[in-house]
Amino acid sequence: MAQRLIRAMWLVGLVVLLGVASAASATIEVRDFDDPQLARRYTTLTHQLRCPKCQNETIAASASPIAADMRERVAAMLEAGRSDREIQDFLVQRFGEYVLYRPRLSPRTWLLWGGPFVLLGLGGAILAWRVRRRTTPRTLDAAERRRLNSLLDREERP
Amino acid sequence: MKRRLVRLIPLALFAGLAVFLYRGLGHHPDDRESALIGREFPGFSLATVADPDVRHDASLLAGEVTLVNVWGAWCPTCREEMPQLLTLAERGVRLVGVDYKDTREAATDFLTTFGDPFAVNLFDPAGSLGFDLGVYGAPESFLVDREGIIRYHHTGYIRPEDVEQEILPRVQRWRND
Repeated sequence: MAQRLIRAMWLVGLVVLLGVASAASATIEVRDFDDPQLARRYTTLTHQLRCPKCQNETIAASASPIAADMRERVAAMLEAGRSDREIQDFLVQRFGEYVLYRPRLSPRTWLLWGGPFVLLGLGGAILAWRVRRRTTPRTLDAAERRRLNSLLDREERP
Repeated sequence: MKRRLVRLIPLALFAGLAVFLYRGLGHHPDDRESALIGREFPGFSLATVADPDVRHDASLLAGEVTLVNVWGAWCPTCREEMPQLLTLAERGVRLVGVDYKDTREAATDFLTTFGDPFAVNLFDPAGSLGFDLGVYGAPESFLVDREGIIRYHHTGYIRPEDVEQEILPRVQRWRND
């Protein structure tokens, strides 16, 4: 019974997902470029630009009107022979750094880009310190020596 | 003693992260500063809603502190914003509208129904000026100073309390500047 219910729920979930996926793709236009290189650059660019209206979508995936405007502008600028950098600058000037899914290296983003490496280095340093501490021999103090001797004595007796 | 302090590090990290993430929860993702603050109002050449034969460019904004409001008849929140814009106009603020991705008929109907606070209403059916302003959802408002520099950006609708608290003090400030 429970298994059948679970199976039914999976099925419903799948149908809903498929519905959402087809609804989303239905609203995004297909764009043809004569030059396959431009088509590739278009795909890369639109997948790295974030829709300003819908927080977690690229302009390639978003059905919002502003994303469509941005895609159109990207395509037009590519056809006009502008560089990727120029196109990104053009959009950043209007919509802010927010639209870049890959933030540029700047004083504001040093922590963002460098943070993981700093943490990695810190972790490595702590690990090295702990390993070294564990492997360096340590001399016993008087109390420990007495205890060791008493234990050894007891072993030898029987 | 030192060992005990070391053991507190994960707890401290957790507390720091919790505070950081909690603040993120309350932060509205649409409240982003416009990329155009401190920059010149973008150039344009547009007709008005009332007259297809008139042409206006950025010189329209020179000489007086102006609130540029991007709106459209298709936008329900713009309707709710109209009373506030009318109040601002009554209080002597110069308003210029940008009728964004709209038709002349719908816009004219809208203005007869809800009132017309605008000194000039630019007609931007393709949304080109809106795009250059980085507009991603009407209504949005930009305060432009006498030299045509954008000084303040208001995302979303101007609430009744924003008139006194946000807009009028800023208009005053840039008038005195």
